[in-house]
Amino acid sequence: MAKQLPDVGSSGAVPPPRRSRIVLAEITRQDTRAERTRAELAQQTQVGEALVRGLVRAQLALALRLSLVVAIGLGGLPWLFAIAPSLGRTTVAGVNLPWLLLGVASFPFLIGVGWAYVRLAERNEQDFTDLVQRPER
Amino acid sequence: MGNDFVVPAIVAVTLVTVGIGFYGLRLARTTSDFLVASRAISPTWNAAAIGGEYLSAASFLGIAGLVLKYGVDVLWYPVGFAAGYLALLLFVAAPLRRSGAFTLPDFCELRLGSRRLRILATAFVIFIGWLYLVPQLQGAGLTLATVAGSPYPLGALLVAAVVTANVALGGMRAITFVQAFQYWLKLTALAVPVIFLALQWQADGRPAVTPPDGPTFRAATTVVVEHRATLTLPDGDIREVRPGDELTFAAGDPVPDVSGVATDANDWLLPSAAGDDDRGLFATYSLILATFLGTMGLPHVLVRFYTNPDGAAARRTTLVVLALVGAFYLLPTLYGVLGRIYTPQLLLSGQTDAVVVLLPEAALGDGLAGRLLAALVAAGAFAAFLSTSSGLLTSVAGVISTDVLGRGSVRGFRLATVIAGGVPAVLALHVSGLDVSQVVGLAFAVAASSFCPLLVLGIWWRGLTDVGATAGVVAGGGAAIGAVLVTVLGPPLSGWPATLIAQPAAWTVPLAFTVMVAVSMATRRRAPADVAATMLRLHTPEALRMQ
Repeated sequence: MAKQLPDVGSSGAVPPPRRSRIVLAEITRQDTRAERTRAELAQQTQVGEALVRGLVRAQLALALRLSLVVAIGLGGLPWLFAIAPSLGRTTVAGVNLPWLLLGVASFPFLIGVGWAYVRLAERNEQDFTDLVQRPER
Repeated sequence: MGNDFVVPAIVAVTLVTVGIGFYGLRLARTTSDFLVASRAISPTWNAAAIGGEYLSAASFLGIAGLVLKYGVDVLWYPVGFAAGYLALLLFVAAPLRRSGAFTLPDFCELRLGSRRLRILATAFVIFIGWLYLVPQLQGAGLTLATVAGSPYPLGALLVAAVVTANVALGGMRAITFVQAFQYWLKLTALAVPVIFLALQWQADGRPAVTPPDGPTFRAATTVVVEHRATLTLPDGDIREVRPGDELTFAAGDPVPDVSGVATDANDWLLPSAAGDDDRGLFATYSLILATFLGTMGLPHVLVRFYTNPDGAAARRTTLVVLALVGAFYLLPTLYGVLGRIYTPQLLLSGQTDAVVVLLPEAALGDGLAGRLLAALVAAGAFAAFLSTSSGLLTSVAGVISTDVLGRGSVRGFRLATVIAGGVPAVLALHVSGLDVSQVVGLAFAVAASSFCPLLVLGIWWRGLTDVGATAGVVAGGGAAIGAVLVTVLGPPLSGWPATLIAQPAAWTVPLAFTVMVAVSMATRRRAPADVAATMLRLHTPEALRMQ
């Protein structure tokens, strides 16, 4: 197969036709509506802006809800011990309740809240991704 | 103390730290390797490294000492130190990683585009870093003096020198391996002895932690007083003691009441109750606020997030860190509790921070098991000093090299490391009297009143302006720094002023948030024009990003 090589050396030659490359991605890129939504995100059109605002609001609401759980669950304890001193004298298996709640139970509680947050935050992001990639839904 | 295993154990930990550092040096070839470990670190390694870096002298020694001294009220320290990672996870982890900021000053410039704010943030990073480094070095000096009888400056200078050399030569890649190793060492060093201690406690017939007549000495004891105190002897006599005084007690003698220490069983066992005085409750809430919100503002914590590949990984790493740190914090409390039984003399001498390293031999005797376990604990304590100081030093040096020296080269970083390590080493020699955990608590309060509002509002609120952020950091962080300086240098206070200054977070954190929001709203027109693009970058998953 004789391939014509561009003649680089000689001056004044006509430049060879630009070689065009066809890749699979261009063939599969037919979901133009999804493309448009992505472009809207990047160019900060009003639609894209509203989508991002929605995501930020959802994530912030989630974080605030879970902090409220911690604020009540842990933050309420000093106040509770202060107004109900008898609670501090209650013992479970020979150990006073405040020691068990603070020294042991608080850590699994924090980890549980953290685990719930990671799951829910990833779900929010997945919803957002689905919305952007398949806007017709 | 005649334990001949302690010094070899400390030397071994130091050599392993340096050894892994040099192994890492061979791997660190480019500036990127050097500074952010080329982001080639798996989440588990990264999480162990973050945990290893975070568990400092305050966690390893300080918490047990505080529990021994004050009882249930100070359990908020470990809870808060762990909960800080939850706040970090909820509000900061993923967006911060996506922002691409490596340090806090980077974040300021990226989000608000202000050089002035960047300089202010740099000053705060250096201040918090040094404030946190001093107690680490101090803990090292105290530990070596306690277990090996060396002079106090030796331990402090030893740790400062090892860490400075290691960070300067190995960079971040090296310390990631070192930190991960040190997390597991610290966990082992507390977990293994505690099993033996619990068995010994069983074998001793389960002596009561709070006997009805107050704590007693189990063996004949001679106490050398280290801090001024007022003792109330069992027969009602009141006696002033001064540093250097020697007191001798026979086995079975009751421990005298010590001023400022919860010697009484009820004070120690029960939470401070409300009543005519709400200062205890205020201090508790202030401590909760400082530790919950301060973690996200510590310079050495944030640097680590850059080594995660993306935002989702940053979130998962933080969750693993929370679990690792939570598991660790179950242990120091047990040392404090058992210390009430086996080392009550520390209440008199004032050296409660030494309870973790002294407890194994005090409970198990100076046989082989007791000495080996004491050596293990001492090695763990040194791992704590080395790892936290390395992390702090890396971040302070990083900020100094890029923002103060203005050079991004490896040589600039090395010079910055020497500066960043030298200053706290000098400071540590002059402040041996401060309580390790108290200083660390103040560092948290400063971080919570400066960087926490900056990060939270910067990430979640479009209305933040550079002027508002600067004003909030100056007001809140400045007030917290003022409280630190008064605590460290000022005259002793009493009553409400003392509480407000010793635990400032409950008023400085709201102050910072309020000023930041109010000034930002007043200067609304200065909000950056590219805020929408920044929000897109901070909050959308990387998979969607088009470059």
